[in-house]
Amino acid sequence: MGRYLRRRLLQLVPLLFGISIVIFGVIQAAPGGPEGSLLAAGRLVDPSVIESYRHRLGVDQPVYRQYLNWLGASVKGDLGLSFSTSRPVSSMITERLPATLELMGVAFVFAALVALPFGLFSALRRYSLADVLGTGASFLGVAMPVFWFGLLLQLIFAVRLSWLPVAGTGTVGASSLGDHLLHLILPGLVLSTRYIAGWSRYFRSSLIGVSGAGFVRTARAKGLTESRVVGVHTVRNALVPVISVMALNIADLFSGAVITETVFAWPGIGRLFVQAMFARDYPLLMGILLMGAATVILFNLVADLLYGALDPRIRYE
Amino acid sequence: MSSIDSPGRIAWGRLRRHRTAVPSLVVFGLIAVVCLAAPLVAPFAMDAIDLAAVKQAPSRLHWMGTDDLGRDVFSRLLFGGRISIVIGLLAAVAGTALGALVGAVAAFYGRAVDNVLMRITDVAYAIPSLPLLIILSAYSKAAIVSMVLIIGALSWMATARVVRAEVLTIREMPFVEAARVLGAGSGLTIFRHVLPNALGSLIVGATLGVGNAIMIESSLSFLGLGVQPPTATWGNMLMDAQSTMAAKPWLTIFPGGAILLVILSVNFIGDGLRDALDQRQQLP
Repeated sequence: MGRYLRRRLLQLVPLLFGISIVIFGVIQAAPGGPEGSLLAAGRLVDPSVIESYRHRLGVDQPVYRQYLNWLGASVKGDLGLSFSTSRPVSSMITERLPATLELMGVAFVFAALVALPFGLFSALRRYSLADVLGTGASFLGVAMPVFWFGLLLQLIFAVRLSWLPVAGTGTVGASSLGDHLLHLILPGLVLSTRYIAGWSRYFRSSLIGVSGAGFVRTARAKGLTESRVVGVHTVRNALVPVISVMALNIADLFSGAVITETVFAWPGIGRLFVQAMFARDYPLLMGILLMGAATVILFNLVADLLYGALDPRIRYE
Repeated sequence: MSSIDSPGRIAWGRLRRHRTAVPSLVVFGLIAVVCLAAPLVAPFAMDAIDLAAVKQAPSRLHWMGTDDLGRDVFSRLLFGGRISIVIGLLAAVAGTALGALVGAVAAFYGRAVDNVLMRITDVAYAIPSLPLLIILSAYSKAAIVSMVLIIGALSWMATARVVRAEVLTIREMPFVEAARVLGAGSGLTIFRHVLPNALGSLIVGATLGVGNAIMIESSLSFLGLGVQPPTATWGNMLMDAQSTMAAKPWLTIFPGGAILLVILSVNFIGDGLRDALDQRQQLP
């Protein structure tokens, strides 16, 4: 296990290197170069001022030097200064991180709490009315555009019924924990829909696959109660691939958070990213992309290791 | 006398018996034909402003109501669908073609080529695609062609991996050896003998890719980064509707419903195709 982990970590080096090149290249490809947005603001017309500005940003150096400077600083956790606020990108990101983590965490837990019991239920009552309806609903859940679902829920529960707040994290002047939790319901539900649909179907088919296995028949043959056969032998084995997919999807949630946070004015990383895009704040965009990529890699690794930890048949050499 | 059916005919027979694929094919076909023929069938022009009829609820004249400028929502839905569906189809084809090429070349040549291409695939996988799409579409002038290329360029990785896995098996088949013995070059072998045998998963991948591309296009348009107004797409109609959603729900419900219906039917078709084209599945 130790050797496997070391090899996997070693493989990450070229991967991170490639990612950094792509992200740097994408930002370099910006029309007018990354500094273009600052110069285009029209505040800087004097060529000598422009020159000193370019020098301060470091963009008067050759491209490869700029890349190495950025890479070297990023490795040390210094993501540069934001164009729009002149504050360190890393602190802007860490400020917004808790809101995103909260939303992602709520969505993840909610999706798991709904998807897993429902997947088990539809596997046990295969082709029952609930199973068929669930299959239809999960197709709907996967095909549902996230932003439209958000708008519909706002329309129904916030505007028409006035049960829940439309957007934001708390009512101004009347914020409390309860009020905050009410604000979490709609965005959490919207972000989790896709995963409720995906995980419940996946768990269902995994359960059906495992229940045909020889060891399940053996468990029945030796006289175990049905609840032990299902609860211990079937469910535990069927959970293995589902849990690793769930870990993989955590990275996915990050992309979903971009849209969800925009629809619900949730002050997290996703919304910060969209704002940075419209402000052409390239250092901030680079920082967020880099952080997103690191999240994907981290949870890929977690999924791999979980797989091995949960299934003793898998041995890492 | 019993006849031997071609694989295509067998697959078609299986698809025809699929419970959801056939209705979906009909629904998607109808929507696509009506949208593509929008200039002929739409009751109003796409940007025909009628200030005497703004913000009207659905009526006999305006089936889906009118927007702030008195434009007919149903007509805009058809014109918008034309763009959304064309982008979806072309981007799926572009992404699948790129993925097939990368996967086939990697598996066929193996060794260093395989290693390099698969590491590139890993890199492309690891960067969150929606944020990257947002940046790239903000650079481009959001024309249809650039939307197709951008979405295609960021949705090839899954196909590349699947095709690579298939080609690893296919390249060991006797007929590939035969082609080579007969003097076929690598290009001819890949395109004529190897890839056609991976066609099943390519068709399934491309079909599911259509839904994905339409979803991406509408998300980008919703953020204001896709095809720009006054040209209507389903995504930017929703963006326009967001601020007035409470008073005029029809502006929100119809475009979103159209997106949902198209993606749903495309996914059902893809699902049916997967069942129908699965080579390992035994014939009934």
